[in-house]
Amino acid sequence: MATRQTQVLARSLLTPAVGLLFIWMIVPLALTIYFSTLRYSLLDPGSEVFVGLENFRYFLTDPAFLASLRNTLVLVGSVLALTILLGIPLALLLDQPVIGRNFVRLMVIAPFFVMPTVSALVWKNLLMHPVSGLFAWLATLFGLTPIDWFNDVPLFAVILIVAWQWLPFATLILLTALQSLDEEQKEAAEMDGASAVSTFIYITLPHLARPITVVILIETIFLLTVFAEIFVTTGGGPGLQTTNIAFLIYAQALIQFDVGSASAGGLVAVVIANIVAFFLVRIVGRNLEA
Amino acid sequence: MGQITLQGVQKSFGPVHIIKGADLDIADGSFVVFVGPSGCGKTTLLRLIAGLEDVSGGSILIDGKNVVDTPPAKRGLSMVFQSYALYPHMSVRGNIGFGLKMAGLPRDEINRKVEGAAATLNLTPYLDRKPRELSGGQRQRVAIGRAIVREPKAFLFDEPLSNLDAALRVQMRIEVTRLQKQLGTTAIYVTHDQVEAMTMADKIVVLNGGKIEQYGSPLELYERPANLFVAGFIGSPKMNFVTGEPALQKGAATIGVRPEHLKIERDGAGGWLGTITVAEHLGSDTFLYVDAGPIGMLTARYIGELSLHAGDRVSLVPDPARIHRFDNSGNALRG
Repeated sequence: MATRQTQVLARSLLTPAVGLLFIWMIVPLALTIYFSTLRYSLLDPGSEVFVGLENFRYFLTDPAFLASLRNTLVLVGSVLALTILLGIPLALLLDQPVIGRNFVRLMVIAPFFVMPTVSALVWKNLLMHPVSGLFAWLATLFGLTPIDWFNDVPLFAVILIVAWQWLPFATLILLTALQSLDEEQKEAAEMDGASAVSTFIYITLPHLARPITVVILIETIFLLTVFAEIFVTTGGGPGLQTTNIAFLIYAQALIQFDVGSASAGGLVAVVIANIVAFFLVRIVGRNLEA
Repeated sequence: MGQITLQGVQKSFGPVHIIKGADLDIADGSFVVFVGPSGCGKTTLLRLIAGLEDVSGGSILIDGKNVVDTPPAKRGLSMVFQSYALYPHMSVRGNIGFGLKMAGLPRDEINRKVEGAAATLNLTPYLDRKPRELSGGQRQRVAIGRAIVREPKAFLFDEPLSNLDAALRVQMRIEVTRLQKQLGTTAIYVTHDQVEAMTMADKIVVLNGGKIEQYGSPLELYERPANLFVAGFIGSPKMNFVTGEPALQKGAATIGVRPEHLKIERDGAGGWLGTITVAEHLGSDTFLYVDAGPIGMLTARYIGELSLHAGDRVSLVPDPARIHRFDNSGNALRG
């Protein structure tokens, strides 16, 4: 981009792509804002009336909103904690030279490639089913009462499924970071008399600060909108116990057919995502500065 | 104290023998340089002494005690790595003090020692900076500081200057040598640069293909190389080797003459006749690359300026007292 000519060229070549992306983003957003100000029920089409901020008041004062907000935050926080706390030891193990290391790595990464609906179904019917599930069989083997996962601890069950899906992602990012740790640094620590634990605390963990930040930021984006796993397993219930914001919006639009209120909910979700992002970047974002 | 003795040290990675039996005696307080071409095993030998690799055979004695089964930290050695291997998230103070912290020293004692080391190396103003905020030479000094603060029995240097630019390398070369003399600690220094070896070492170990070719002081190696390899490796420009009739006259398979021991005469003064292909005029020296026909290519060095140019005919007369003679297997013939 040295000369004026190349700058003009670059801009004119970039314009179509940037323009398309902008339209792609602005049209749905504008429509959502528009819908959020209407009384718009799919059961009564053609009778849309402008109601101002009424939909927002309705969505925000709904007791389901606070419950689903809490569920969303618990879900995101727990999955983040599980994937990072398990991902670090897993990545450390996979970094060791063992026979068949590539195969083991492939197997560990595999869950990430399973569709959320499929994995949720597998967990629901093959693993967590209170009668025919693997966990129930294991429990009876030891003479325990099987847990009815989706009734007794529904949110925890969903957290387990989602954490299982995201653990490979965290492991993979952390593993690549471990592999980029300078071998001579570890040797220097060894010469300095650091034990394995000290090397981990003083050398490895600080080195992982940045990839952990990346994992937190990326996972948060996707975990705020977990939907398929809830839809397939619990349908948001029992009661509101596993309803998160994404599922609540879905319920407003396609169970209660209230598009206006769902659109208002969607905009609230955008604001919440931004608030979360703001705090996240404040807390962990400084790790990204070189 | 820091007397290091190697007895029949061997190292192989699978079927590949990297070190084929090394015997060496390093006196306390001496500065020993391992030098050799890439892949000769000099770094491996250093890492064996450090304990970062396990020996395949033989023993390593530090102050008379066999340490082959001792972990690196307990050998009382400290190492300066080629990449410096500074801990990027720690300040200079943290980097230098890390080993002491691991040894469980009280905090004020660590601070005192770190500040002492920093003062020795002119690092005091940078103690609270991170490595990435330092220049190459400063990072180098932090790496050295990390080594000296532990007051080791010996320093191990693994090509520590190879990442610096030429001017800084000369300066650091002098600083390292002076520091080692001042501390009186044994040092083993690995390099592929024979100028570094000649200038820094009390004794040089020339390695080739996993074997020690010769062990001696720089001038011993220069004046009495044990074989063709050492003769060719030590000295710059390289020694000239001549085979055939002139060698047979001296009763050797090969004779070697250093470029500085060839007297440059005008054509027709006897000696080896040839045509100059390239003449390099440095002011302080003149290097002539001479095509001497059946004798081969010869390099000659003249101290000072000599106004000869490519295409001129010269005759090169070897100094008879400084001709090195080698037998068929490349070993030096004496007497």
